[in-house]
Amino acid sequence: MSERVLMKGNEAIGEAAVQAGCQCYFGYPITPQNELTAYMSKRMLEEGRVFIQSESEIAAINMCFGAAAVGVRTMTSSSGPGISLKQEGISYVAGAELPLFFVNVMRGGPGLGNIAPSQADYFQCTKGGGHGDYRVIVYAPSDVQEQYDYTMLGFDLADRYRIPVLLATDGILGQMMEPLVLKKYKDPGDLPSKEAWRLGDPATKEPIWITSVRLGEGELEEHNFKLQKKYEEIAEKEVRFEEISLDDADIVMVAYGTSARVARSAMEMARAEGIKAGLLRPITLWPFPEKRLREIADKVDNMLAVEMSLGQMWEDVRLAVCGACRVHLHGRTAGGVPEETAIVDQIRKIMNSKGDEIIRNF
Amino acid sequence: MVSKIRCAGFGGQGIVLMGKLLAQAGMMEDKHTTFFPQYGAAMRGGTANCSVVVSDDAIASPMAQEPDVVLIMNGPSLDKFEPAVRPGGWIFYNTSLIDREVERDDVEVFKVAANELADEVGSTRSANMVMLGAFAGKLGTVSVEALLGSLDVMLTGKGDKIMNLNREAMKRGAALAE
Repeated sequence: MSERVLMKGNEAIGEAAVQAGCQCYFGYPITPQNELTAYMSKRMLEEGRVFIQSESEIAAINMCFGAAAVGVRTMTSSSGPGISLKQEGISYVAGAELPLFFVNVMRGGPGLGNIAPSQADYFQCTKGGGHGDYRVIVYAPSDVQEQYDYTMLGFDLADRYRIPVLLATDGILGQMMEPLVLKKYKDPGDLPSKEAWRLGDPATKEPIWITSVRLGEGELEEHNFKLQKKYEEIAEKEVRFEEISLDDADIVMVAYGTSARVARSAMEMARAEGIKAGLLRPITLWPFPEKRLREIADKVDNMLAVEMSLGQMWEDVRLAVCGACRVHLHGRTAGGVPEETAIVDQIRKIMNSKGDEIIRNF
Repeated sequence: MVSKIRCAGFGGQGIVLMGKLLAQAGMMEDKHTTFFPQYGAAMRGGTANCSVVVSDDAIASPMAQEPDVVLIMNGPSLDKFEPAVRPGGWIFYNTSLIDREVERDDVEVFKVAANELADEVGSTRSANMVMLGAFAGKLGTVSVEALLGSLDVMLTGKGDKIMNLNREAMKRGAALAE
């Protein structure tokens, strides 16, 4: 076994970003992601790189725009309320086709909400978040190791597709410590050069216009169709998920992040009492594993979405299975974390129910 | 085998360090382990608590909602966590600062005069180490040896005097369970 260290999720994200060559971090404090900003304030200086605690979230995201435009790896991080403020800039980054890695350590909302762990920003994460016809790639890690690994991969994909990549995690995963293997960053070796589009020293490099404004007749539509082709390629190539005990499953849970940890434990409890439960864990929330869910829906009568929000992911599961099976909901919110026993209770109810009835825990 | 542990006391007693040492010790014994602090607004003198889970299998939630074991360092924490312990679980509590009995009769109780024993070793500040030693010595969820080893990782650069104090306090706690 490789040497393991005990590390906090927020700090693991920071270290992975440093290892992946992030040159500029811009951020503004908010709980429960503060350890990430604090970690970067130390590590980026040790590495002789740029760390700025900006005057606001909006300033931070626009600093990211600037750094991305000159072709360096850059990131920002926040929690729900701060990510909302950054959406304007993220939309601009998407429109200008710049690479960006950003992190949302989700807390309870709406509004200022609370600081408790949550998955309440699912819609915001997966449905664009800001204005306009665009997508961001969304990774949903479920432990400290995955927060480290998908941060590294996130930087690569941001460069490969010139797209914002979001690590969507939550207050539990950010705050918890777990054993971690500090893998070395490995450059994929086939990432496209940034020279053709990045800004450079005006003394030696031709001026380049980086913009998200396209006012000419049909210009924006043409651009958006180009973006769309890129999104289709990503949906084809980059979808990730984990399947657990699906082969003989009578009921399949769908859960990501912290919820998936609890769902997995509930799955084992259900199996111990003879109910064949399985779990599909989306690792990318966009692209969502919709094809696989549709296939599974033909083999089972029931699915159960388990989430720390009130039916946000449930909508995507229903959309994917397209009526081929019943999709039930176990939702908690605003700091509520699903409990194994409550999930198993609901699974029993589902297995004993008939017809079209959709069973929710609330 | 899963063990969900909650450490609780007042800010300044080293509650978070207790949790980190437990998690580190669990990791050093190749177990699955998680540490989760109560986070957000906290201050010295206020209440502090954290959850640690040590398990042979993958861990679901790192939050010990219904703990198997609570390590209680002050009175308000006993009031708060006594009702939460799983029936049949364990309450370890610091009798130096708590002058009442545990009221529940469906849990096991282990009393530790943590502050007094720490004073005997040389510093009240090591009361948390006495408590950890007592827990490891009594239940063996993590070994006393692993806990001593975790000190070397978590308190690097503290100097021999403090390290020895902490080691002695831990051993003194462990000896209670013999």
